[in-house]
Order: sequence, then structure tokens, then C-alpha cells
Amino acid sequence: MDRPDLGALFLHFLVLSFLAIGGAPTVLPDIHRYVVEVHHWMTSTQFAELYALAQVAPGPNAMFVTLIGWQVAGWAGAAATTLPLLVPASTLTLLVGHLYARHPNAALGRTVRRGLTPITIGLMLASGWILMRAVNHDWRGFLLTLLTVVLVLRTPWNPLWLLAAGALAGMVGLV
Amino acid sequence: MAARRQRRRHRESKNHEASRVTQAHVSAFALFLTFSRITLSSFGGVPFWARRVLVERQRWLTEQEFVDLLALGQLLPGPNVLNLTVMVGYRFAGWAGAAAAVAGFLGWPCLVVIAMGVLHQRYGALPLVQQALTGMLPVAVGLLFATVVKMATVLPREWRPWLFGMLAFVGVGVLRWPLLAVVGALAPFAIAAAWRGKD
Repeated sequence: MDRPDLGALFLHFLVLSFLAIGGAPTVLPDIHRYVVEVHHWMTSTQFAELYALAQVAPGPNAMFVTLIGWQVAGWAGAAATTLPLLVPASTLTLLVGHLYARHPNAALGRTVRRGLTPITIGLMLASGWILMRAVNHDWRGFLLTLLTVVLVLRTPWNPLWLLAAGALAGMVGLV
Repeated sequence: MAARRQRRRHRESKNHEASRVTQAHVSAFALFLTFSRITLSSFGGVPFWARRVLVERQRWLTEQEFVDLLALGQLLPGPNVLNLTVMVGYRFAGWAGAAAAVAGFLGWPCLVVIAMGVLHQRYGALPLVQQALTGMLPVAVGLLFATVVKMATVLPREWRPWLFGMLAFVGVGVLRWPLLAVVGALAPFAIAAAWRGKD
């Protein structure tokens, strides 16, 4: 395990900020690569646990980056991951929001969106893939994942109930 | 079909302009409170709660405005709901409004999530907690896959977008190449393909 270099952490997340089209799940694979595979600040399982915790907490899913930073280096680490990931993106949003109010149908904007959407979706699939390999060790885990996908797509149930059901299944030893 | 949609969007955007004139001023503090309420109630998905509060309860946005802003937020880097927050705050009370809305929207979850981290560090090793987490993880992964499936329904029925999606998945997910390299290599081609195929 390396000693955390907060400056490098900050810069890495700053670069990711501009790639996070579609939100934090898009950059999850790269965060995983950086904190687990390159620097060994946590195990793949710990990473997945922090992600699951952030899913249960209120607010945007992106808060898992706060938790990752906090795990790496406490409050300073939380700031070093959260601020660079969110501030530049929000600033860009302000500028674009301003322009959008004037030119809502610019052809360039539509083309860029159409081009990037499939990449965004592919990257989110990669996030799911990496997390799945970190957490599912036998068929019961895979079954629970599959069941969740089906229930989310076929029912209007609040996902929080599914997470609660998963926790319960874990406590009674089903998973 | 696309042209009609475009015309409709154009008309609606004109309505935006018209409604903007009559829009009441919303204070930065009201934005802070409203976005605090949204974020603190948004267990399991922010867009649902954001829509409920902004469109139904406060009536700050029409249904169409909400969808437009969320779509734009999706296109920009950063969480789409955060981008929505920034744009709504800016629209109603300028820079101060944007800052207040974001503070309300992110401040509380930051504290909650770190409190959960502290608890996890202290009690995470207890067998029961460990078992509960073990059960929750596959569900969290399933939620992510379900979102991917929902988003994939917007892709056109052509092979090119699917190819770019699969290349991004394989490069980053399976081969574990750095994101910057993969997106840097794919994005120009994907955008060029979208540009050529736009008619």
C-alpha cells in the first residue's frame, strides 16, 4: 500500500471530472483501477462495500467518491476526491446552461450527445462488470443480481426495498 | 418524425422564454432549502424526488422543462442531477442561487455518507454487518445493470453505436485500460459517425 499523495489524487479526479459524462458510474472503473490496482489503498471488496454504502445513503450516487477519498486519507482525502470531481463539471454546466438558454437546438450539441451516449452506456456496463467480479463469488450472488435487474425493470418498487431485502437475505445466510 | 420532434422542441423552448419573463424570483435561501429537501428524501434515485418537488410541489418547472434540463445534465460531465441542480439554481437566482442549490444538494449527503463510513469502519467487521453488506452488494450491482439496460433503450437500431459501446466496455471493463486513453481514442470516431449518420 502506497502512502496517499493528495496532490496526485486531486489531479487524477480533476481529469476524471471532464470524462464523467453520464455521472460517476462512468468513471468508476478508472477510480477502481487507480485506488485498488495501481495504489492498493483498499481491496476490491472494500471498494465495492463503499459503493454499496453510498447507494443506501440519500443523495446522488456520486457520493461514493467522497467515501473512497475518506477511506484513503480521511477528511482531506474526501475533499481531494469530491471537489475536483464536482466543481469543474458544475462550472462547465453553468456555462453550457447559459448558452443552452440561447441556442437550445444547436446541431453540434445534438451530434456530440448522440456520439457519446453509446460510450457512456458501455462505460457504465464496465462499472457493473468490475463491481460484479468484486462481489459475486458464487451462483447465489449472480442470481440476486439478475433478480434485481428483472425487478427494477418490471416493477415500480423503490430500489431501497431491494437493497433492504438483500441485506436481510445476507443476514439470514441466504447469500 | 425527428423533424417534428425538433419543431416541437423549438416551440417549447419558445414557451420557456415566454414563461421566463413571468417567473417569480426565488431566493437563494429557498433554493438551498428545496434542494436540501430533495436530496435528503432521495433514497434510491434522485430524479424521481427532484421531479416530485420541482414540478409538482414547488411548480418551479414544467414537466417539459424538467425533462429538457435533465437530458442536458446527462450530456454534460458530472452527475446529471447535480447539473440539473446547478442550472435550476442559476436560472432562478444567478450565481448565488447555483451555489446555494448545490450546497443544499451535496452538503447533507456528504455528511451522511461520511457518518456511514465511520460506522462502517467501527462496526463493519461484525459478522452480522458483514453478512448484510454481502447481501446488499449483488443488489447494488443489479441496480447499476438495470440503469444500463434502461439507458440502452435510447440507442438507435444500428450497429455503429452498439460497436462503440462494446469497445468502451471491453477497453475499460475487461482490459482495464485507462479511461482517458479509451475515451480519447473512441470519442472522435463516435462523434464523426454520429455526424455522418445524422440525416
